[in-house]
Amino acid sequence: MNALQKFAGLALVASLFVTGCASDVKLEDKAAPVETRSPVGGAGSGATANGTSQSQVASVDLSKSNTAAVTQARVVYFDLDSYVVKDEYRPLLEAQAKQLAADRNKKLSVEGHTDERGGSEYNLALGQKRAQAVAKVLTVLGANDSQVEAVSFGKERPAVQGSDEAAWAKNRRAELNVH
Amino acid sequence: MHNMTMNRRTFAAASGLALALPAHAQFRVEISGVGATQLPIAIPRFRDEEKTPQGVAAIIRADLERSGVFRGVDTVALMDETTVPQMPEWRQKSADLLVGGSVMRLADGRFDVRAKLWDVVKGRELGGQSLVVPPADLRLAAHRVADFIYEKITGEKGVFSTRIAYVTRSGKTYALRIADADGEGGQVALNSPEPIISPAWAPSGHELAYVSFERQKAVVYAQDISSGKRREIANFRGSNSAPAWSPDGQSLAATLSRDGLAQIYVMGRNGENPRRVTNSQAIDTEPVFSPDGHSLFFVSDRGGGPQIYRTAVSGGNAERVSFTGNYNISPSISPDGRYMAYISRQGGAFKLYLTELGAGASPRALTESSDDESPSFSPNGRLIMYATRSQGRDVLMTTTLDGKIKAKLVSTAADVREPMWGPFGR
Repeated sequence: MNALQKFAGLALVASLFVTGCASDVKLEDKAAPVETRSPVGGAGSGATANGTSQSQVASVDLSKSNTAAVTQARVVYFDLDSYVVKDEYRPLLEAQAKQLAADRNKKLSVEGHTDERGGSEYNLALGQKRAQAVAKVLTVLGANDSQVEAVSFGKERPAVQGSDEAAWAKNRRAELNVH
Repeated sequence: MHNMTMNRRTFAAASGLALALPAHAQFRVEISGVGATQLPIAIPRFRDEEKTPQGVAAIIRADLERSGVFRGVDTVALMDETTVPQMPEWRQKSADLLVGGSVMRLADGRFDVRAKLWDVVKGRELGGQSLVVPPADLRLAAHRVADFIYEKITGEKGVFSTRIAYVTRSGKTYALRIADADGEGGQVALNSPEPIISPAWAPSGHELAYVSFERQKAVVYAQDISSGKRREIANFRGSNSAPAWSPDGQSLAATLSRDGLAQIYVMGRNGENPRRVTNSQAIDTEPVFSPDGHSLFFVSDRGGGPQIYRTAVSGGNAERVSFTGNYNISPSISPDGRYMAYISRQGGAFKLYLTELGAGASPRALTESSDDESPSFSPNGRLIMYATRSQGRDVLMTTTLDGKIKAKLVSTAADVREPMWGPFGR
C-alpha cells in the first residue's frame, strides 16, 4: 500500500466539518435585551462554498452603545482591609440620606472599589462589602432599602493609576452615583 | 538543572531557507526549561507550506514542545509524507521521531494538509493524517496534526486544537478574545467600553459565560461563540459574578450578592431557579465544579483571610482544602479531580501553586513570577495556563504540572488578563 492510499483510508474528518454561519455583530440599541445581528461576512477568508471555518468567532461590539453617564461622584475612602465607614463621612452620608428620604423616587447606586492587589473576583466581593457598608449607613440614616443599590467594580475601575500606597488609598473607595 | 531558552522565528527562517516569508513570519515561540525526558522529534518544513499564510511545521513543533514531552530537532531536510526516510541519517541527527508532510491547495480554495509520523528508532511508520480545511482553519489543521502525534506517542489526547479565552484592555476598550491554545489567531468575541472578567467555557466549547460591567454593575452573560448571540444569565440586585458551568453543561454556579454578602448559587443554564448553596456570614465566591459535578470548590474568608473550601452542590458543611498561607484564591481542578491549581499570596507576591487534593502533600509553587492570576487546566490535565507579568508586560503562560516547561503565549502592549482554557472540541 502506498502512502496516498493509506491517507485515503484515514478519516478525512475535516471535510465533514459543519458549523454555524459567520456573522458580525454590532450592538446599537442599549435597551434591547438581545442584540440585532447582521451578517457582514466578517472573517470571510474562511467561508467557502465547501467548508465553513471551525475557527469562526462572531464579534459583538458594545463600544457605541454605552455612554456611561457619570454624574458627580461622592466618594467614601476606606483603610486597608477595612469595610468600616469612617466618621468623617457621616455629614456626606447624612446629606445623601436626607435627599433620598425627601424624594422616595430617587435612587442611588453605591459602587465599591478595591486597590489592584489580589484576584479580580475576590476583590469584586470585597468592593461589594464596602458598598454594602455605605448602603447600610444610608438606610440607617433614613433612606429606603429599595432606593440604594450596592454594587462593585472590584479592582476593575481604579480612580487613579499607580502601584504605590498613595494610589491604592485613593482606589479603596465607594462612590455614590445618582443614575 | 540548567535552563535554556529557545527563541525562534518560523521554521523556514530557522532553516535558513532564502524564501520570501509570508505573514506567518511574526509567529514567535518562547519556551523555556528542560524536562526529564523529552522525545527528540524532527519536523521538516511541510512541502508547499510557504504558499500558505501559516508555517505549518513550526506550529506543530511549538505545540509539541509546549507539552514538555517533545524537543524539536532542527533540520533543513526537504521531504513530505510520501518520502521514504533514510532512518540511519535521522538517527545520526538524534531524532527519535520524524514527521513529513505537505500542504496542497485544492481547486475550491481549501487546503489539504497531510502528515506522516515515523518512529526513527524502530524504523517504522506510525500512521498519518489528511485534513481538508478552509484557509481560516489552516492553523487548526496544524494543531490537529500535533494532537495526532501527541496521542500516538503518549496515548493521551492532545490539547493543541483546543481554544482559550482571555480579556485584553487597550486604553478604554476591553475585548473578550478567543484564540488557539498557542495564543495565536485571536478573534474578538466581545468589545466593550466597560470591564469584562471571568470568562467560563461551557463544556460543549460553543458558549462562553462571563461577567460584563456594561450596565455599570457586574452582570453574568452567556454568549454563543459562532453566532455572537448573547443572553443574560444573572442580573440580580447587587453584583453577579464568577460563573462556572457544571460538567454536564446543564447548570451554572455563580456568585450573587442579592441577599447581602457575596454567596454561591447554582442555577439552570439560562439562569433559572437560582438556589443558594453557601450560607455564611462571610464572602463566598469563585465557585468551580468538581469533575464529577457533585461538589463545588470555592473561596471564602469565613476563617479570616480567603481560603479554598469544598462543599456538596446540594449544600451543607464546607471543608477547607487550602492550608498553607493566609491568602489562597482562584481554584482550578484538574479534569481527573486529582490536582488543584490556585493562586497563593506569599509575602507580597501572588504565585501559582499546585497541590494534590487529599494526599497530604505540600503545595508547590510552579513559578518564579510574582503577579500570577487565573489558572486553568488544559482539558487533558497536563498543562496549566495562567496570566502573569514578565518584563513589565502582561503575558499568558503555560506550564507543565512539574513547573519545568513554560511557554509564553500572548504578549502585547495591551493588558492581557483572565485566561481560561476551553474544553476539547470546537
